[in-house]
Amino acid sequence: MSEPSNATDKTDRRSFMAKALSVVIGGIVTIIPAAAGLGVLLDPLRRKSAGGAVTRVTTLDALPDDGEPRKFAILAERVDAWNKFPATPVGAVYLRRVGNTVQALNVVCPHAGCFVDYVGDKKEFLCPCHNSTFALDGAVGTNSPSPRGMDTLEVEIKNQKEVWVKFQNFQAGHAEKIPVA
Amino acid sequence: MKKLLDWLDHRTGVRKLTHEALYENIPGGSRWRYVWGSTLTFTFMIQVITGIFLWLAYSPSSQTAWESVYYIQYEMTGGWLLRGLHHYTAQAMNILLVLHLMQVVIDGAYKAPREVNFWFGIILLQLVMALSLTGYLLPWDQKGYWATKVATNIAAITPFIGPELQKLIIGGTDYGHHTLTRFFALHAGVLPGAVIALIGLHVYLFRRHGITAKEPKRAPDAKFWPDQVLKDAVACLAILAVILFFIVRHRLFDAHGHLGPELGAPADPSEPFSAARPEWYFLFLFELLKYFPGESEIIGAMILPGIVMTIVFLMPVIAKWKRGHQFNVYFLWVLIAGAGLLTWLAIKADNSNPTYVTAVNSAEWEAQRVRVLAKSPTGIPPLGAAQLLRDDPLTQGPKLFAKNCASCHRYDGHDGQGHHPKDAPSAADLKGFATREWLAGLMDPEKIDSPHYFGATKFKEGKMAKFIKREVPKFTDAQKEEMRKIVAAVSAEAGLKSQRDLEAREAQTIVEGRALFSGDIACSDCHRFRNQDEDATGPDLTGYGSRKWLIGIIGNPAHESYYGKRNDRMPAFGKDDILTEREIALLADWLRGDWYEPGQAAAKR
Repeated sequence: MSEPSNATDKTDRRSFMAKALSVVIGGIVTIIPAAAGLGVLLDPLRRKSAGGAVTRVTTLDALPDDGEPRKFAILAERVDAWNKFPATPVGAVYLRRVGNTVQALNVVCPHAGCFVDYVGDKKEFLCPCHNSTFALDGAVGTNSPSPRGMDTLEVEIKNQKEVWVKFQNFQAGHAEKIPVA
Repeated sequence: MKKLLDWLDHRTGVRKLTHEALYENIPGGSRWRYVWGSTLTFTFMIQVITGIFLWLAYSPSSQTAWESVYYIQYEMTGGWLLRGLHHYTAQAMNILLVLHLMQVVIDGAYKAPREVNFWFGIILLQLVMALSLTGYLLPWDQKGYWATKVATNIAAITPFIGPELQKLIIGGTDYGHHTLTRFFALHAGVLPGAVIALIGLHVYLFRRHGITAKEPKRAPDAKFWPDQVLKDAVACLAILAVILFFIVRHRLFDAHGHLGPELGAPADPSEPFSAARPEWYFLFLFELLKYFPGESEIIGAMILPGIVMTIVFLMPVIAKWKRGHQFNVYFLWVLIAGAGLLTWLAIKADNSNPTYVTAVNSAEWEAQRVRVLAKSPTGIPPLGAAQLLRDDPLTQGPKLFAKNCASCHRYDGHDGQGHHPKDAPSAADLKGFATREWLAGLMDPEKIDSPHYFGATKFKEGKMAKFIKREVPKFTDAQKEEMRKIVAAVSAEAGLKSQRDLEAREAQTIVEGRALFSGDIACSDCHRFRNQDEDATGPDLTGYGSRKWLIGIIGNPAHESYYGKRNDRMPAFGKDDILTEREIALLADWLRGDWYEPGQAAAKR
C-alpha cells in the first residue's frame, strides 16, 4: 500500500518544479524589461564634465588697476544632451588685477553652489544663500558656512594683454578642491 | 434601475463595496478632528487631476519648459487657474500633512496594531516632499533652477556615492534637458504611482484597524455616511476656498494684479540669482545650513534631519515605553516649534538684507519684462525665452553700464541700476544723450563745465567749453534762435524714438538748422557735419547719437571721427576687446532709449 505515498511524492515533486519554474520564469520576464532601462538610467555616470578648457575671457584693459574684481561670463561650447551650443555662457569668474598678474575666482560658492555676489562697499564677496563671506583674494571669512575659500582658477596672459582662464567647477561642501569630473 | 444594479452587483459586488466604504463604524460619532486624512486624499486628487491637464501642455527641456509653462499660464484659456490650483494645493498638502501627523500622534493613533500604517504615512509624507521638490524645478525659472541646484549640490556631499548620486539625479554633469526629463518622470510618474499605491495600502489598513476614537467619546457610535462624510466635505470645501483665494488674491485688491502663481524669469546659468530660496515649507532646512560651517554641513543637511526622521519613524516603538507617548507628543511639538522658528529666522534675515530685497525686486522686474517680450510680435525664439532677456537693451543696458561705464559716467545721477557710486563722476551723465534737452544743456555756459557734462574731464578747458562760455552769453535773440535750430538739427541726426513725433512736426526747423551749422555761429569751423572737411578737429557730428555713431565711439573714442588723440581716458571698448560687438550695440540701444515697449511693432534691428 505504498502507492498513495508514492503518488504524493510525485505530486510534491511536480508541484515543487512548478513553483520553482514559476518563480524563475516570473523573475526573468520582470528582470529583462527592467534591466533594459538600467542602461539609460545609469547613462549619466558615463558623462564627463567638459570643464578644464582654457578659454579667452577678456583683456587686461577691462580690469581696473585698483584690484577691484570684475565679473565675466565664460563662453564655451556646451553640450546639453542632444543640443550643442557654440559659445554659450557656461559659468562665470571674478577677475582682478594683483600687480602684474590676474587672479581668477569661480563665482560658484563652495558651500552649496549659489552665485556669489561682490559687495563693492565692503570690498568682500558675499554668498546670498547662506551668507558665506570671502575676502578679495577669495579666502573664506569668519563665521561663514563655506568649508573653503572661493575656488581659484589658473590664469594665463597671452600676447601681453589677453586673459585666458582654465575654467573648472569644483565639488561643493568639501574642504579641499575636488574638480567636478 | 434596481434591475440594472442587481445585474451589476451580481457581477462586481458593488453593493458590498459601497456599504463597506460608507458604513464604517465611527466610535463616538463623527468629529472634525478626523477630517485630515480625507482632506489629504482630496488635495492629492486635485493634484492628479490638475497635473494630468498640465501634462497635456508641458514640455520638459531647457528650451521649452519655461516657455510651455508661460504659454499655459498666460496664453491658454484658464491656464492661470489650472496652474494656480496645482501650485497652491501643493503648499496646502504640506500643511495638511503636518496637521494629520499631529492628530495621529496626539490621539495615539500610531500605537499597536497600527505601526505599519503609521510607517506608510511617514513614507507618504516623504513622497509628498519629494513631489514638492521635483515640481519646484519644472517651470525652469530662475528661482526654481537656483534653489534646486542647492538641493542637488547637497546630494553630492553624501559620503562615498555623492558625486555619482548627483549625476544620476540631474542626468549628467550639469543641469540641462535630462535634469528636466528626470525630474518630470519622477514628478508625474514614479512618485505619484508610489503615492497612489501607498494611499491604497494606508486606507486599507486604516479600515482594517478602524478609527482611533478620541476619548472621551461625546456621542454614540455612528456610521461614516453621512455625518463624517459631510464634515469631510465641508473641510475640503474650506481648503479649496483658501486655495482659490490665494490664486486670485492679487487681483482682489488691485485691478491689474496678476492671476495665478508667480513665474520667474527663465533659468539662465550665467545670470546670478541672489534671491534663490526654496519654497517656504523648506525654508527651515535652508536656514539650518547656516549653522553648520565647513565640512560639518553634512550634519545640518543630512545627519540631523536623518536623526529626526528616525525618531519619528520609531514613535510607535517609543510609545511602548513608560511615558513614551508623552515623549512623542512633546518631541513633535518641539519639532514644529523649531521648524517654525527657523522659518521665521530665515524670513527675518532676508527681509532685513538689502541685497536680497534688491535681488527679489529685480527678479520680479525681469519676470515681468520677459512676459512683455514674449508677448511682443517677435515672440519667443526657438532658442528659448532666456534669449529674449539676453538680447533686450532695457535688461542688459543698465547692467553693462554699471559694470563698464559707471566708474566715470552716470545715468541720471546713478550707475544705471539705481546705485550711487561713492566716487564722484569723472565724465558726462548720459541720461537722454543726444536729445535736444541734453544738447541744450551742453550749449549752456552755466552747465557745460558742470560735472553733468565736461566738468570732470579735460574738455572742461577745451575749445568747445571756451567757445560756449565766451560766446553764448553774448548771443542776441536771433542767434539764440539759430542755436535752437542747430541743436534740433544735430539732435535729429540721432533719430531718437522719443523725439520722432516732435521731429516730424518740426521738419522745417531741422532743415534750417542744418544750413545754419556752417553759418554765423560757425560750428563747422571745428566739426564735420554731413560733409568732408579735412581740417575739422572736433568729433564728426554726422549721424551724431545714432546707433552707428554710438557704437563707433564706444568701440574706439580715439578714432579720428570722434575725439581723435584728444580722447580723455575713455577706453576703446571695441578695439581693445573689452566688450563684444553685441554688448556695445546693447549699450548703444539702451542709451538711445531704443527697446521694445508694448503697443508698438517689434524693435527694429
